[in-house]
Amino acid sequence: MQPAVRLERVSRHFGAIRAVDEVSLEVRDGEFFAMLGPSGSGKTTCLRLIAGFEEPDRGAIALHGQSVVGVPPYDRNVNTVFQDYALFPHMSVLDNVAYGLMVRGVGRAERQRRADGMLELVALGGLGARRPAELSGGQRQRVALARALINQPEVLLLDEPLGALDLKLRQQMQTELKALQRKVGITFVYVTHDQEEALGMSDRLAVFNHGRIEQIGTPEAIYEHPATAFVAGFVGASNIVDAATAERLTGRARPFSLRPERIRIGAAAAEHGVEGTVVSVQYHGASTRIEVALDGQQVLMVDRPNDLRGEARPEPGSRIRLSWSHAAMQPLDGGALP
Amino acid sequence: MSVAATEVPLAAAGLRQTTARRLSTFLYRRGGLLTLLLLAPPLAWLGVIYLGSLLALLMQSFFGFDDFSGQVVYELTLRSYVELLTNPANLDIILRTVCMAAAVTLGAALIGFPVAYVMARYATGRAKALFYLAVMLPLWSSYLVRVYAWKLILAKEGIVSWAFAEAKLGWLLNGVLALPVIGGPSLSVSYLGMFLVFTYIWLPFMVLPTQAALERVPKGLIEASADLGARPLTTFRTVILPLAFPGLVAGSIFTFSLTLGDYIIPYIIGSSRFFIGQAVYVHQGTAGNIPLAAAFSVVPIVIMAVYLTIARRLGAFDAL
Repeated sequence: MQPAVRLERVSRHFGAIRAVDEVSLEVRDGEFFAMLGPSGSGKTTCLRLIAGFEEPDRGAIALHGQSVVGVPPYDRNVNTVFQDYALFPHMSVLDNVAYGLMVRGVGRAERQRRADGMLELVALGGLGARRPAELSGGQRQRVALARALINQPEVLLLDEPLGALDLKLRQQMQTELKALQRKVGITFVYVTHDQEEALGMSDRLAVFNHGRIEQIGTPEAIYEHPATAFVAGFVGASNIVDAATAERLTGRARPFSLRPERIRIGAAAAEHGVEGTVVSVQYHGASTRIEVALDGQQVLMVDRPNDLRGEARPEPGSRIRLSWSHAAMQPLDGGALP
Repeated sequence: MSVAATEVPLAAAGLRQTTARRLSTFLYRRGGLLTLLLLAPPLAWLGVIYLGSLLALLMQSFFGFDDFSGQVVYELTLRSYVELLTNPANLDIILRTVCMAAAVTLGAALIGFPVAYVMARYATGRAKALFYLAVMLPLWSSYLVRVYAWKLILAKEGIVSWAFAEAKLGWLLNGVLALPVIGGPSLSVSYLGMFLVFTYIWLPFMVLPTQAALERVPKGLIEASADLGARPLTTFRTVILPLAFPGLVAGSIFTFSLTLGDYIIPYIIGSSRFFIGQAVYVHQGTAGNIPLAAAFSVVPIVIMAVYLTIARRLGAFDAL
């Protein structure tokens, strides 16, 4: 089976800025694929290259094996859900949804019927006569989704579609989007800077930084085994331990990443341990984050769950002992654990 | 100690500018008063001087006029309007002016839209500045100078006739001038010539609002349209044009109403056939028939009111 999307050594430069630099990736058919990265990391440009709004300076782009380099957006069978929704303000919701059918010459009755069906699918039945300005942010988001899906694209591109919504609505839409993707079975390519969103929704994700892909993998693989210090720090919080400190702590001069929630407080029977001074204690609700300065430059973040055991919180300035298992350390110099 | 250290400079500053500080605090707390103060002069100007004189004008049109003594008779009557609407010569003037205004509006839209489109969607930086300059530059010189310049350009001995003759196309120009209604002895005394000059003079008023409206069409909507499968021409027809339409209407309001009211271009370029502005000028001046002049000037107001109503019905302001 041909991959739904394939990018091969694709580059797009704007003047001296390398927005996308030698990016290669494959999105499998029917997959929910996330492109995660900070702003300016090239993920949106990558999406626009697939949609056809940008042309690559170098490299090949193919949809289901068919090269689309030089093919304008209106001749590509992909559709986009834009970050600001880009709904047509002078058309009703129904006309917005039916737009793709209208420009393809589908008859009025037929496109009305299918647009109504699409609005039902995104739970907006009965709102077809309204103008986009009369809808809430969440509703507009659904209209944008219905409008993009009605063309039954090979690939649906989503550019930070939930970015403008508030937290509660965003979480609800995450669940709905995922369910919708399973229902329609269309390949989703989802751009986001929110690592929680990417981890929770995607089958696989690519982490972008400075126009390059740092790592591609399943959410679990990315979180558990970050390949680089950037991935370790961007996807979830992590302690990046440099080679010199690593040698002092473990006896081997290999930099590694260590998740705050994998560190225990107290002299548990673990493979590694160190003593340090508490610098700060922050209450985060479900957990408490404690920053511990080791003797030297290194500060380790430790997340302690606020469960029912009700241990006393360590006071800033006090000395505590930290410990972690050997498997919790993820080496950042390419190799596996010794 | 640290408390005292921060208090001293604040107190000193407060003492230094007590009056100014009090005044700004006073106005800051009473935002409505500030708004009223800012709006009072323009409200006085628009409300009293402008609307007041407009009402006075309207009143004048309902007074009578004694043809023998040439005096205004101060009693309410509809005689001026009867005269205006039953005299075929007056109806001709109105029809002529409205047709010219409509033609000029259409011409300005056809020429102005592509210019506005290039300015809004393609020109950047220096090129855009040049476009602005090209559109605005004519407004920097005197209206009269430009109209007289056009008279020379369009005259029988002018550059247009000369160019047509040199290109061996003299027959074409003569053929056009031989056409009924729009033709005439030369361009400078024909309706066609007048149309050209009107279109030239009012073109900036069409280009600028249209360009502003086109510029406000979000790039994202054009991309969304292409993304959904629309070719550029379809996108233009279904997205760009409807969203830029209010700008075109705004421009057409300028070109239409300015043409309706102008009396200098018909005087310099036209034949002896009157336009509304000339009729007003003559009736209030030489004839002293102020009521009829006032009735004439009510005509453009009514036409514009009808025009705006139709534009609104067509949905020209829906996308505002």
